[in-house]
Amino acid sequence: MTQAATVETRPARRASRITPVSVFLWALRIAILAIILYGSYLSISSGRLSAAQWRDLFVFGISTGSMYALIALGYTMVYGVLRFINFAHGEVFMVGAMMAFYVANALAVTPLWTSSPAVSLLIVLVAAMFTSTAIAVIIERIAYRPLRGAPRLIPLITSIGASFTIQYLVRGLVGPATKSFPRMEPLRGTFEFGGFVILKTQLVVIVAALVMMGGLYLFVEKTRTGKSMRAVAEDPETAALMGINVDRTIVNVFAIGGAMAGVAGALWGLVFPSINFFSGFLPGIKAFTSAVLGGIGNIVGAMLGGVSLGIFESVGPSLVLAGYEIPAFSQLKDVVAYAALVLVLIFRPTGILGERLAQERT
Amino acid sequence: MKMKRGLKLLALVGVLSLVIAACGGGEGGETTTTAGEAETTTSAAGEETTTSAAGETTTAPAEGLGTIEVAAGDPIKIASLQSISGETASLGTDQVRAIEIAITDKAEVLGHPIELAFNEDDGCSSEGGQTGSTRIIADPQVVAVIGTSCSGAGVPASNVITSAGRVLISGSNTSPVLTSDLAGNASAEYHDGYFRTAHNDAIQGAAAAKFVFEELGLTQVATINDGDPYTQGLTGAFEAPFEELGGTIVISTAVTADQTDMRSVLTEVAAAGAELIFFPIFQPAGDFIAEQALEVAGLEETVLMGADGLLSDTYVTLPQTEDMYFSGPQTPTTDAYAEFVTKYTEAYGEAPIQSFHAHSYDATNMVFTAIEEAATDDGSGNLTIDLQAFRDALGSMTHEGLTGSLSCDDFGDCASPNIDIVQNTADQADIEAVRGNVLISYSREDLGL
Amino acid sequence: MVLVAATGMVATFQPRLVIDPIVPLGILFLYLLAFAFGWMAGQPPATLEGYEPATAGSRNVLAGALAGLLGGLCLGLLLIAITVFDLRGVFINMSPELAEILGFGLPVAAAVFVIAVASAFMGALGAGVHLLSRRVRRALIGALTAVIVFSVLTDLFGQLFAGLSLEPVIDFLYTGRGGALTIIGSVVIFGAFIVLFWWMEGRDSTLRQRVQAMPKGQRSRWQIGAALIILVILYFVPRIMGPFVSQILVTAGIYLLMALGLNIVVGYAGLLDLGYVAFFAVGAYTTAILTSPQSPAFNPEISVLASLPFVMVAAAIAGILVATPVIRMRGDYLAIVTLGFGEIARILLNSEWLAPVFGGAQGITNIPDLQIGPLTFSTPQDYFYPIFLFVLLAAYVTFALQKSRWGRAWMAMREDESVAEAMGVNIVTAKLSAFVVGAILASFGGSLFAAQIGSVFPHTFDIVVSITVLVIIIVGGMGSVPGVTLGALVLIVLPNLLREFSEYQFLFYGVLLIVMMLKRPEGFIPSKRRAQELHTEELSQDAWLEIYGEKGQAEQVPEGAV
Repeated sequence: MTQAATVETRPARRASRITPVSVFLWALRIAILAIILYGSYLSISSGRLSAAQWRDLFVFGISTGSMYALIALGYTMVYGVLRFINFAHGEVFMVGAMMAFYVANALAVTPLWTSSPAVSLLIVLVAAMFTSTAIAVIIERIAYRPLRGAPRLIPLITSIGASFTIQYLVRGLVGPATKSFPRMEPLRGTFEFGGFVILKTQLVVIVAALVMMGGLYLFVEKTRTGKSMRAVAEDPETAALMGINVDRTIVNVFAIGGAMAGVAGALWGLVFPSINFFSGFLPGIKAFTSAVLGGIGNIVGAMLGGVSLGIFESVGPSLVLAGYEIPAFSQLKDVVAYAALVLVLIFRPTGILGERLAQERT
Repeated sequence: MKMKRGLKLLALVGVLSLVIAACGGGEGGETTTTAGEAETTTSAAGEETTTSAAGETTTAPAEGLGTIEVAAGDPIKIASLQSISGETASLGTDQVRAIEIAITDKAEVLGHPIELAFNEDDGCSSEGGQTGSTRIIADPQVVAVIGTSCSGAGVPASNVITSAGRVLISGSNTSPVLTSDLAGNASAEYHDGYFRTAHNDAIQGAAAAKFVFEELGLTQVATINDGDPYTQGLTGAFEAPFEELGGTIVISTAVTADQTDMRSVLTEVAAAGAELIFFPIFQPAGDFIAEQALEVAGLEETVLMGADGLLSDTYVTLPQTEDMYFSGPQTPTTDAYAEFVTKYTEAYGEAPIQSFHAHSYDATNMVFTAIEEAATDDGSGNLTIDLQAFRDALGSMTHEGLTGSLSCDDFGDCASPNIDIVQNTADQADIEAVRGNVLISYSREDLGL
Repeated sequence: MVLVAATGMVATFQPRLVIDPIVPLGILFLYLLAFAFGWMAGQPPATLEGYEPATAGSRNVLAGALAGLLGGLCLGLLLIAITVFDLRGVFINMSPELAEILGFGLPVAAAVFVIAVASAFMGALGAGVHLLSRRVRRALIGALTAVIVFSVLTDLFGQLFAGLSLEPVIDFLYTGRGGALTIIGSVVIFGAFIVLFWWMEGRDSTLRQRVQAMPKGQRSRWQIGAALIILVILYFVPRIMGPFVSQILVTAGIYLLMALGLNIVVGYAGLLDLGYVAFFAVGAYTTAILTSPQSPAFNPEISVLASLPFVMVAAAIAGILVATPVIRMRGDYLAIVTLGFGEIARILLNSEWLAPVFGGAQGITNIPDLQIGPLTFSTPQDYFYPIFLFVLLAAYVTFALQKSRWGRAWMAMREDESVAEAMGVNIVTAKLSAFVVGAILASFGGSLFAAQIGSVFPHTFDIVVSITVLVIIIVGGMGSVPGVTLGALVLIVLPNLLREFSEYQFLFYGVLLIVMMLKRPEGFIPSKRRAQELHTEELSQDAWLEIYGEKGQAEQVPEGAV
C-alpha cells in the first residue's frame, strides 16, 4: 500500500522541482538518442550491408540472446526473492559449460556420438544441468544463507568473492588452457524453411531455450513450488507465516536458476565451441544486463531482455558505430553491451516489463 | 584539537625534509646506478635527432659500467624473466626449459659452474616486468637476464636491467618498440644493453605483405588483430609495406581475444570486399574466425592467412583451416636442432610447446660466449667480468646457433631471420608437416631491410 | 583438503621448505587445514551473552580427531584415485608427483593409513588447543605462526638482516640467503617467540592503554616521540631493504593510495564502486600523454610534477562523469554500472578507434621519471619517499574529511539515504564529492605508477585491480585508515614476496572475501563507527550477525572465565 503511494507521489514531486541533475540527465538522454539515430541513418544510407546481411546479424543476435536469457533467469529469480545480485551466477554457468565439455569429450569417442546425436546431446545437457544446479545450491548454502538479512552490500561482496573462488578453483583443477568442444556433425550447415536460412546450431539453441523458458513459466505459475516461490518473492515474512518453508523455497530458486544456467552452458558449447575458466564472467554480466533490461524480478522480462541485448550487441556496432566510420568497431562490442545497461538504467530503470526497483530506496 | 593539527603539519614538514635529504643522498649513491641513469637520459634526450641518438647511446657510457667478480669455485649467475604463469605460461615455460638445457649443455664457463639464480615471472605485463627485473638486479652477481617473454614486460625490464649495467637478452620479444624500425631509427625504448634473438615484427610484416602481393597477386586485403600488442604490432607491420607495394587495405579491424562471435566482424569484412584476411592472432579467437568465415555469405572465396601464433597442432588440424597460409620464423631443420628437441623431450616429457625455445637457447649460449670473451682470470680462478666489455662482446659477436647465424645490429636485433610462408593443405596431417610445407622463404636482404 | 591438493597447490608449495630438510610447505599447508578442521569441530558450543562458555573436554578432542580423520580419508581416496586412474586428462594437477608427495613415497595402502592417522592427529591437536589456557594457547600459536612467517618470508628477512649487515644471523637461522630455516633456527625462533608472547599475555595492560592513561601533556610527548621514531625508521627502510623490497613497497603504496580513495567511496559513502580502476587509468594516461614524447596525438612533454594538476582535473571530470548517471541508482545497481564503466574505460584505451590518442594496445612508453626541483627519482628506493608522502597526504585528507561536513553527510547517506535526504543532506553533492575525492586519490596513484614504471599499457587496467583494492579495504576494515594500510601491506606485499605462488593469489582473495564477510564483516581493524553500525543491526533480529556477536562477546569475556 505504502509503496504504491510513494510511486504515485514521486513523479509529481520530481516534476515540480527541476534539479540540475535532472536537466543534465535529460540532455544526456536526448544527446544519446540523437547520436544513435544519426549513426543508424548514416550506416543504413551508406548501404554497406545488404538486407540479407542485416537479417543474419539479427538471427545471430537472437541465438546469442536466448542464451543470455537462460542465464538471466537465474539472476532475475534470485533477485526477485532475495533482492540481491548473485554475482557468482556467471560462474555457475561456466561450471555447467565445463562439465558439458568433459562429458561431450568423453562421449565423442564412443559410437553413441555419431549414431544418435540427439541422445548424446541430451546426456550433455542433463550433466551440465545437474552440475550447475549442485554448484548453485552449494554456494547458497555456504556463502549466502548465513547472510540472510545482512546489509545489502554484504551478500553482494560475498558473491564477488564466490565468483573469484569458483573461477580460480576451476582454473586450478582443470588448468588455464582454453578447451575446444568436439563437433557434432549433424548440427553442421544450415536449415531452410520458406526461404529463410538459419544455422542448425542456432535453431537448436533457440528451440531449446524456448522450451526451457516455457517449462519454467508453467512451473512457476502452475505448480505448488512455483506458487510458494512467488509468495516468498512477494513477502517472505508473510509467506513464512502462511506455512511456506522459506529456506527451502530459496534453495529451489537457486537450483532452478542453476539448472537454466547449466542448459545455457551446454548450448554455449554448441555455438561457440571453446571454454576456459574465465568464460563465465562476460556472459554473466551480460545476462545481468538482460535481466535489468527486461525488468529484474520478472521471468518473461528476462527472456525479452536477453533477446534484445543479443540483438543490440550483434546489430549495434554495425548499425551505430559503423555509421560514424569508427575503425575496428567490433572491438567495441562489449562497450555496446555495457552502454546498453547504463542507458537502460538512465532511460527506464524499470526495464521493459519490470517494477521500479533500481531507484527504490530500501 | 588545534595542537594536534599543528603537530601533524610539523610531521609533514619533517617527512618532506627527510625526503629531500634522502634524494639528495640517493643522487650520489651507488655508482653503478648513476652511470646507468646518465645513459638512460642520453637516449631519452636524443629523441628528436634519432639518427644521431644511436651513435650517442653506443659511445656514451665510456666511463664503464662496473665489474662483477666471481671468486674461484663460485658459480656465474644468470637469470630468466619469462611469463610462467597465467594464460601465456606456455610461452615462458618453453623458453625456461631451453635455458636450462643450454646451461646443462654448457656445464661450465671458464671453469665456473653456471647457476640460473632466478626464474622470475614477467606476468606478461609491464608491472610484472618491472617487479621481476628489480628483484633480479638486487642480486649484484647476476650478469645477464634471459627474457622477457612479452614485449610489454620488456619495456620496463629493459630500462631497469640495462640501467643497472646488466644485459637483457630476449628470445621472444618482437616489438620494434624495443629496438628499432630496421631502417636505422632507434626506438624510444631502446636501451644499450638490450639484445634479442627473435625476429623484429617489421621483418615478418614485410614478408607476409610481399608474399600476398607478389606471389598470390591479391590486392584487396583485410587485417584483423585481437587487441594484443603483438598482433596489433604485426598487422601494423603488414599494412605499411603492403600499401607501399601498391595493395589496398580494405578494412583494418580488430576483435577481442575472448570474443566468440566473429560473424559481425566477418560480415563487415565481406562487405568491404576483401580477397584475403590476414589475422595474425591466437587461439581460440583464431578458431572462431576460421570456422565462422565459412558461414558468412561473401567470404566463400576469400583466402585466410595467419601467423606464428596460430601455428599449433590444435589449430592446423581443424578442418576449416585447410588451405590457409601462415607466416612465421623459419623452423630450424639442422641436426643440432633435432638433437636439441630430443634432449628437450627426454627432460620434460613432451616436445617443445611453443616456437621460441631455440631462440632462448641461442640467447643463453651467446651470453656464455660473451662472458668467455669479456672475463679476465687472475690466474687463481677468480673471475672479473667487465660489464661494458661484456656488452661489447655480445654486440660484436657472430654466433652460429640453432636459429641460424646471429650477429647484432646497432640496436640489439641479433636475428637475421628467414620468414617462411607455409600452407596447410589436405596433405599435411600435423603441425610438423605444415611447418615443413614451405612455399617461399624471405631473408632480411630479400625484403630490403 | 582434496580441493587444495587437486588444484595443484600442494605440488607448487612443495619445493619451498619451511624447515630444512624436514618440513616442506605443501604438506604443512595440507595438515594445517586438518588442524583448522579440528579446531572448528572442537570449538565449544556457542554460548549466550554473559554466560561462561562450557568447559572444553575430551569430547571436543574426539570431535576434532573425527573431523581430521574425515579430511584424511577423503585425501586417501584422492590418492587411491590418482594411483589407480589417470585423471590428468581432466584434472591437470593430479599427477604422479602429487601422489608421491601425498603418499610420502609409501605404497598406497600404507600411505592411506598414514594420511588418515596423521590427519586425525592434527585434527585432535586442533581441537585440543581449546583445552589449554588462553595464555598458553596464544603463546604456542603465536610462536608457531612466527616460525612459519620467518620461513615463508625468507626473502624479506634475508634482505633485512643483510641490509643491517647482520649476515651471521642469516647463516645461523637459514640455510642461506633466501633459503629455508634450519632446524636450529626454527627452534630458536620458536623459543624466542613463545617467551615473548607469554610475557605479552602476562601483562595486565597494553601499551596503548598505558599511554591513554597518561596525563595529557605527557601523552602528546609520547605520541610525538613515537611518530618521530616511526619516521626515522621509515626513512631508512628503502636503504636497508634494497630495490626489490622497495619496489614491492612502492607497489603497495600505490595500491594503498587507491584503497584510501576507495575507502572514501565505499567505506564512508557506502557506494560500491567496482570500476574504480578507471580512475587509476585516468591518472596514468593523463600523465603519460602529457609527459611522454611518445604520446601519439598531443605531446607537450611537461614534467610529471607539472602534470599532477591536470591529472587532478581529469580525475575530477571523470568522477563527475561516472557519478552523474548513477546518482539515483541504488547500491547493487551502482556496483554493476560502475563495473561497466571500468570495463568501458579499458576497452576504449585498447581500441583502434582511440589509438591515435592513447596508443591502443601498444600503450604509451618513454614516460620520464618524476622530478622535483633538482631531484630525479628513478630507482624504487627513490620512489618510496614521494609515494609515502602521497599516502600520508591521502591519510590526512581521509582523517580530515571524516570529521568534516562532507564526511558526516557521507556517513549519514551510507546509513540511510532517504533519512539523510530528509534531514537536509544534499545527496547529489554528497555522492558527487565522494566520487570526485576518490577519483583524485586513485588518479594520483595512477600518475605515480606511470612515472615509476615508465610505460602504460591498457592491459594493466583490468577488473582485477578494482577487486584487489576492494579486498584490501574489506579485509583491513572499511572506513578505517589503519585497517586499510594493514590490508594493503598484507595483500600486496605478501603475494609479491611469494611470486612463485602467484597462480593462487586470486583464489586466496576470493576465499578471503567470503570468509571476511561471513565472520568479520567489519575487517581486521574496524573503524569504531562502522563496527557500531554492524553491531546495532545485530542487536535487532538479524540472525547472521548473532553468530558473530557471540564470538565478539566470547572474546570479551574476562580472563578468569576459562
